[in-house]
Amino acid sequence: MRDVAVIGVGQTKFGELWDRSFREIGIEAGLQALVDAKLSSGDLGGLFLGNMASGTLLDQEHIAPLILDYAGLAGRRLPAVRVEGGGASGSLALHQAWLAVASGYYDFVVVGGAEKLTDVPDATAAQITSSAADHEWEVVFGATLPALWALIARRHMHQYGTTREELARVAVHAHEMGSKNPNAHFRNKLSLEQVLNAGPVAEPLGVFDCAPLSDGAAAVVLGPMDLARQHTDTPIQITASQVACDTMALQHREDLTTLDSTVSAARRAFAQAHRDPRDVQVAEIHDAYTISALVALEDLGFVKKGHAGREFASGRFAPGGAVTVNPSGGLKAQGRPFGAVGVAQVVEIVRQLRGEAKERQVPEAMVGLAHDVGGTGATSVVTLLERVN
Amino acid sequence: MSIARFWRETPRRYNLGGSKCTGCGTVYFPPRLVCPKCASHRQSIEKMVPFQLSGDGEVISFTVVHDPAEGFEMQVPYVLALVQTPEGPVLTGQVVDVEPKDVAIGLKVRATFRKLREEGKAGVIHYGYKFAPREESGVAPAPQGPPDPVPASEARAQDRAAA
Repeated sequence: MRDVAVIGVGQTKFGELWDRSFREIGIEAGLQALVDAKLSSGDLGGLFLGNMASGTLLDQEHIAPLILDYAGLAGRRLPAVRVEGGGASGSLALHQAWLAVASGYYDFVVVGGAEKLTDVPDATAAQITSSAADHEWEVVFGATLPALWALIARRHMHQYGTTREELARVAVHAHEMGSKNPNAHFRNKLSLEQVLNAGPVAEPLGVFDCAPLSDGAAAVVLGPMDLARQHTDTPIQITASQVACDTMALQHREDLTTLDSTVSAARRAFAQAHRDPRDVQVAEIHDAYTISALVALEDLGFVKKGHAGREFASGRFAPGGAVTVNPSGGLKAQGRPFGAVGVAQVVEIVRQLRGEAKERQVPEAMVGLAHDVGGTGATSVVTLLERVN
Repeated sequence: MSIARFWRETPRRYNLGGSKCTGCGTVYFPPRLVCPKCASHRQSIEKMVPFQLSGDGEVISFTVVHDPAEGFEMQVPYVLALVQTPEGPVLTGQVVDVEPKDVAIGLKVRATFRKLREEGKAGVIHYGYKFAPREESGVAPAPQGPPDPVPASEARAQDRAAA
C-alpha cells in the first residue's frame, strides 16, 4: 500500500442555496479542489462521490457521471462512482478513494460530497433524514433520527448524570466556531439561554440541539505521497482511514450510550497511524445533535466514558484546550448537507494542518482527526491526517 | 408504502413473533435468519425457530416527540421509548395511555395492539404494537383525548362520495 496525501481542497458555502442547483454546487467544489491541487484533468483517474439521498431529494439517481459531465470531463471517459452510507456517505467515498490510490491502481482521484436538501419542504427533508435509521422497526413506530438520538441522550443522562445544560454547551460552542467560518450555514452566536429555551424537537433535545438542513458540497483531490510535492508544498498525509459498522437499529445495541462502530473505527485508526488521542490537536467530529458530540468524544477516546459533558463544559475542547473540536462550526453551525459533511470535515482539517484556517486556526496543528457517522451509528468513519515536513 | 410491504410483517407487528436460536438460546425481535451471537454464526442457519414474546417490558429510555415522523402528526406530542423485554430483545415503540410527565426509566409496560398511522385519508392504515403502563406500575391512565376531527372511516366515505 502506498502513502496517500490530500493535495487539493474545495468547498461551497453551506446553507439554503436556493439560487444554485445540485450540479452547480457539486462542480464548484470539485473544480476548486482541482485548481488548488494544480492538477491537469488529463492526470485524473476518476471521481468518487458521496451522496445520501439524491433519489428522494431530487428524483435524480446516477449522479456521479452527471457531476463528471458538467465538470467538463465526460469526454475523458473516466470512471465515476457514487458511494452511499447515510450521513457518512462523504467519508465513505473518501475511504474508497484512499483505497484506490493506496492500492496503486489510480494516481490522482477527486472525492466529492454533495447534497441538496432545500429543494423539498422541510418536513420531507426531515423524513428523508430519518431514512438513515431502520425504517421497518424504528420509523414505522414513530421514530425520527432526532428522537433516536434523544433516546441516547436520555440514557446518557440517566447513566452518567449528564445535564441538559451540558448538552446545550455543545451548540453554543458550535455557533461560536461557526461565527468565524465564512462558509458556515449559521454565523450567529447562541447563548446558553437561547439553546435551553428553544422549542422542543424530541425531549431532551430542542431546536438548537439539532443541526440544520443544508445544501452544500465539498471536494478533495488525493494522490500518492511520492508525487504530491509536484503539486503542493504542504501535502497532508492520510495516515489512517477506517470504517466500522454496527447494528442498523439502536434497539439492538448492547449499550445505548456508546457507538461501538466509532470505538472500533477509532481504535483501528489510531493503531494504523501509530498515534493515540493525545497526539491530536484538531478534530472535526459528528455533532448532528448535541448528544452526538459528547458520545463521540468518549468513543473516540478523548475523554473517559460518561465524562464528556463536564469536560466539554470545562473548555477542554475549545480553542486553547487539549483538542480543538469542530473549528468549522461542525454540522450544527457549518451545516449538514449529508453527503458533503464527511468531505468538508477533511477539507477543514487539511486547512488547519496547512495553517490556512485564518481566524479559526488552531496553533501548531500537526495531527487532525475527522469522524463521520451515519444514522445512529450503523456506520462510523474515522480518518487521521498529518502534516508531513 | 405498498400494502404487501406492511402486510408481510403482520405476524411480527400484530403478534410480536420473534425468533430463537436453538444453538445458544438467544431470542430476537424482529426475527433473524442467522444468530449474531453464536461463535460460528454460519452454523445457526436454519436453526432459528419462531418464538413468541410475552408483550411485557420495561422502559429503558424515552423521549417526548414534538416534531413527528410522517403519519404521526395528529399524535403530537407522543412518547417514544425503548422497551426491554424479559425475553431479551429491546423494542422501539410509543408509550400510550399515560401522561408524558408520568413516563420514567423503569416504568413497567405491556404491549397493546393499536393503530400506528394512516397513509393519508385514503391510504393504508398501519396497525401494530404500542406500550401501555401495567396496572402494578401505579401510573394513572391519561384522560382520553378528543377524537380525531374526522374519523378515518368517515374520511374514506367522504372521499368515495367525492369521487
